[in-house]
Amino acid sequence: MTRRRTRAIVANSLVALLTAVTLVPLFWMVTVSFMPRGASSHFPPPFWPERWTGENYYELLVRREIDGAWFDYRVLPALGNSLLIAIMATVLGLLLTVPAGYAFAKLRFTGRERLLKLLIAGLVVPGQVAMLPLFLLFKELGLVNSYAGVILPGLAGIFSVLFVRQAALAIPDEMLDAARLDGASETRIFRLIVLPLLAPITVTLALFLFLGSWNDFLWPLIVLTDQHKYTLPVAIAAIVREHAADGELMMAASVVTTLPVLLIFLPLQRYYISGLLGGSIKG
Amino acid sequence: MTRPAMTGQERTAWLFTGPVLAIILAVLVLPVTLALALSLTDYSIYALADWDNVKFVGLGNFAELLRTALFWRALANTALFAVLGVPMAIGASLGAALLLHDATVRWKPLWRVALFVPYVTSVVATAVVWRFLLNTRFGLINYALGWLGLPPADWLGDPHASIPAILLFVTWKIFGYNMIVFTAALSAVPQDLMEAARLDGASRWGRFRHVTLPAIGPTLLLASVMSVAGFLQIFAEPYVMTLGGPAQSTVTVLYFMFDEGFKWWNLGQASAVAMILFVLILAITFVETRIGKRNAWL
Repeated sequence: MTRRRTRAIVANSLVALLTAVTLVPLFWMVTVSFMPRGASSHFPPPFWPERWTGENYYELLVRREIDGAWFDYRVLPALGNSLLIAIMATVLGLLLTVPAGYAFAKLRFTGRERLLKLLIAGLVVPGQVAMLPLFLLFKELGLVNSYAGVILPGLAGIFSVLFVRQAALAIPDEMLDAARLDGASETRIFRLIVLPLLAPITVTLALFLFLGSWNDFLWPLIVLTDQHKYTLPVAIAAIVREHAADGELMMAASVVTTLPVLLIFLPLQRYYISGLLGGSIKG
Repeated sequence: MTRPAMTGQERTAWLFTGPVLAIILAVLVLPVTLALALSLTDYSIYALADWDNVKFVGLGNFAELLRTALFWRALANTALFAVLGVPMAIGASLGAALLLHDATVRWKPLWRVALFVPYVTSVVATAVVWRFLLNTRFGLINYALGWLGLPPADWLGDPHASIPAILLFVTWKIFGYNMIVFTAALSAVPQDLMEAARLDGASRWGRFRHVTLPAIGPTLLLASVMSVAGFLQIFAEPYVMTLGGPAQSTVTVLYFMFDEGFKWWNLGQASAVAMILFVLILAITFVETRIGKRNAWL
């Protein structure tokens, strides 16, 4: 009994310690972002602001004066761009892939199996291979520096289609056939029977799509050349590379980028994690 | 009788799949084909102005790459990232999963989410944070080392420390993903087998070695191979934390491709790099499916 107790104490403390160590960087990011400029450049590194200040957020989000000239980091427009792009990528992604995934699972059509094999084969193509020609194509089409240019490549959602298909396979055929016998059209069946059944998986997929778009870096970096169109990660990478700005200011920028994701992820984490496990089981 | 229903289904199926298939064709299949074509040309900044300046050079870009020291450096760096990073990340995931799996641990869902949080954050934002954590003079990492009585390291300034430093960050960022995968595998380990081993007097290590490991082995192997593909695609971390330095010690294949393509506008040459990366990832996927097949036989 006592052996089990010591074991419980050791195991629980170890898990708590591991979690604490894992969360320290995020915690420190938040506290430093509220420190006055230069306060974190001390040894030993301070963990808690001696004086709480919002000046970093003010200067980052509004604008700051350097040598008499106004300087704008354009973080607020980047936040707007990121939000708009992530929402559009999510909505369009769902519209395109949820019906397609269902069709691949439950609707009979010629060439279905062959197309499915091609899609699975296409899964191995790393997106980076397409990026160089895609840039040239988009340049010809005038899509460089546009929201559409950022969003389009992400809409080729092979993974999403297969993910929805996997879930839709579980829908009993009898249910669909009964509705067909009652004279319901295929689109009506999809809307009234299939969609409600796929609702949980749709939430999961929406979460994947939103976070994927929000955190995406390489393609937006390539296709957005005008800093007014930058998404948050691109804007922040530019600031840190070009200005090597103060730690406190950069931490505030990181908080602005990380916080929206956590606000969405934490309440919906159960959907995300169950989706992750479903996705790892190959059908 | 079934004929009209069939056509109805068929029409709806094309309505449902057509748009996404068209997009896949336009932004994935077409560009990948063009990438192959582009890699055989000398497409450069002059061609960007006028397509007439493009010449077919056959395998010239590939021959040129093999003579480029920085390309070999990038390949070696990427290999080092994978060779060191996979055991580090998989080890961390497995350690955390085993700890979390212990029957005496309480509030498991809470710990699980907390440990997973870094995975969903933006690489760029957290790379910025880690740049400061790894700061030589004021960083928390060196402070923690001093606490343990170890000397401080010039993490991002020393060519020998830069890859381990970035890997420390990458491991922190991604271990939660495979931790979740491994906890699921661990809970599928047959309990009667475990009990039998316990009754036979097998030690804790013996039970892990002979019961747990064989049961989760396939998952472990698959996760490792998939991680290799992930490590081959490292880009944002050096881009934000080191700019490829110091002394080009963190220039990866993708970093090299990006610079070659979008800094120097040698898109022909960069496409050749993309093709090589593609082949490497294909090879890994091949190994991955072979492992999958072997498991199906078991």
